[in-house]
Amino acid sequence: MEQIDQIFVHLKHGVVAFLPEGLQPLVSILISVTAIVLVFPLLFALTTVLERKGLGRIQNRPGPNRVGLPRLPTLFPWLPKLRLAGFGQFAADGIKSLTKEDIVPREADRVVHFLAPFVLLVPVLLAFSVLPVGRNMAALDLRETGLLFFFAAGAATELSVFMAGWSSHNKYSLLGAMRAIAQMISYEIPLILSSLTVVMMAGSLSLVTIVERQSGVNFGFLHGWHVFTPWGFAGFWLFLIAACAEANRTPFDLPEAESELVAGYFTEYSGFKFALFFLGEYLGLFAISGLGITLFLGGWLSPFTFLNWMPSWFWFFFKLFLMIAFFIWLRGTLPRLRLDQLMNFAWKFLLPMTLINLVVAALWHFTNSWNPALRWLLGAILLTFSYWILGRGFEAKFRPRTYRYAS
Amino acid sequence: MLGSGILKGLAETAKNFVGSYIDESGLTTIEYPDERQTLAENTRQFPFLVFDGDDAMKGLRCVSCQICEKECPPQCIFIVKSKDKKPDHVGKPQFYPATFDIDLSVCMSCQICVEVCPFEAIKMDTEFELSTSDRFGQLLLHKGQLAKPNSHFQEIHPTDAAVSDAALAADKAKAEAKAAADAKAKAEAGIPRPLASSPEAVTIPPALGPPNLPM
Repeated sequence: MEQIDQIFVHLKHGVVAFLPEGLQPLVSILISVTAIVLVFPLLFALTTVLERKGLGRIQNRPGPNRVGLPRLPTLFPWLPKLRLAGFGQFAADGIKSLTKEDIVPREADRVVHFLAPFVLLVPVLLAFSVLPVGRNMAALDLRETGLLFFFAAGAATELSVFMAGWSSHNKYSLLGAMRAIAQMISYEIPLILSSLTVVMMAGSLSLVTIVERQSGVNFGFLHGWHVFTPWGFAGFWLFLIAACAEANRTPFDLPEAESELVAGYFTEYSGFKFALFFLGEYLGLFAISGLGITLFLGGWLSPFTFLNWMPSWFWFFFKLFLMIAFFIWLRGTLPRLRLDQLMNFAWKFLLPMTLINLVVAALWHFTNSWNPALRWLLGAILLTFSYWILGRGFEAKFRPRTYRYAS
Repeated sequence: MLGSGILKGLAETAKNFVGSYIDESGLTTIEYPDERQTLAENTRQFPFLVFDGDDAMKGLRCVSCQICEKECPPQCIFIVKSKDKKPDHVGKPQFYPATFDIDLSVCMSCQICVEVCPFEAIKMDTEFELSTSDRFGQLLLHKGQLAKPNSHFQEIHPTDAAVSDAALAADKAKAEAKAAADAKAKAEAGIPRPLASSPEAVTIPPALGPPNLPM
């Protein structure tokens, strides 16, 4: 089991050991980069199909189920028709986007228009480098700045969004970009503040260390994931909401808002550049889901000690899969927010909740010697009460509207 | 409390998701080329010309009166009247269409040609897979492609076909009765009179009104 757990690590070391001394660091980096660049886009390809199928089922239709392996009847008439339940769809979509005409508006700022998709993709891929996807499987363990690096790389995507919106010279693009900037900056604060609790408790910015700090055992079988504490639980949900907004997922997909803004900041993108935006957006979702897993859901740790024999990378990707499934479920359920609702929610609900959560986390830290049940109860009461108080104001505001003249 | 509505919504979508795997009958999609919906009886797509008997060109009911050509709103029908005559279903010599073309790309499936036809000669077909790869050659349908037997009409629109057949049968019976009466009168009076030139024998079937109104 130990062998399977470390199989990728050993494989890499094995390959690197064959090479001369001088080349080793370079090849080691190259292998790690290749792994990231291969695995996550493949996961993206799979997710696009799964998402469409899942949304279909939610809306009581079968979803894509026709495209399978390409069959060239003139060349191979003996090949049977393989539909693979529609999982060949992503290949067809990829080929389509590659062969489509790449249209650049005449008025567009060509250089910026061209650069925007890459400026989105590169930081997102950089963010993956600090994520520990298994035991000893972080491409880059930044001991002092891991989390900071992640957020710094993640924040660079906002630049790309505005580059795309501005350079397109199109009102929908610009509106979409402005919405995106407003939304991403507003939600970055709760995102960072909710992860700050973890940094406070773990005492480290290194994502590898944060995972290791969660390996304690409760009740003899349960791993000490941060989500099992009151501040961790609240923090996880706050993080999830903010992550949803950061990744432009429904119900926070205002920057794209196809019913209002055509496609928001990438209205004027077609062909492969559009596909790159699409890819970048999904990779951003995976990265931030991976961070949520690392911070709150124990990273690559198994939930129960008796499941420790399963490989660590399996647990990371299993949790990632669950997170993606949850985001798809959310997308199939919720309508899009209005812009004022979005802003109110960020500044009047999420921000106070994350600040209160910081206080609860501090309390948790200083009540270390208390009875665990009492400690839990105190945190839970504090958080539930503030949730209720803050939520009450919101419910009063979002009551069903009465239309005086229309009805 | 805030968020209870979201939980309710999540439960609903989860129910749909899981339910669609347990019971596939809830899925509304019909996977078209593999599965087909049974068409409603009043389905109409594109007109066809009805013929009686086995020979399409011989049994064509159309007498080339050109009413449909004149009434057609998008003007998609093109008829050339014949020079000679052939006997119709009651045995009366009638013109027939030397050319009868309908432009598929222009037809709007309004069924007005069917409603104005006094001879039950043009009816709406239910065939809808009419696409072709040759837009200049294959979209203009000629007489031979348009002619379909009455049995086809009985098959696709049984109710309308019964009405149409009854009207034609009544028409024929009336013509036969008249012919018999004429023959009798002729025998009684002893005046030789050719049947074909008899002005009373020119009978036009009564307009039936719209035979198959949609909805």
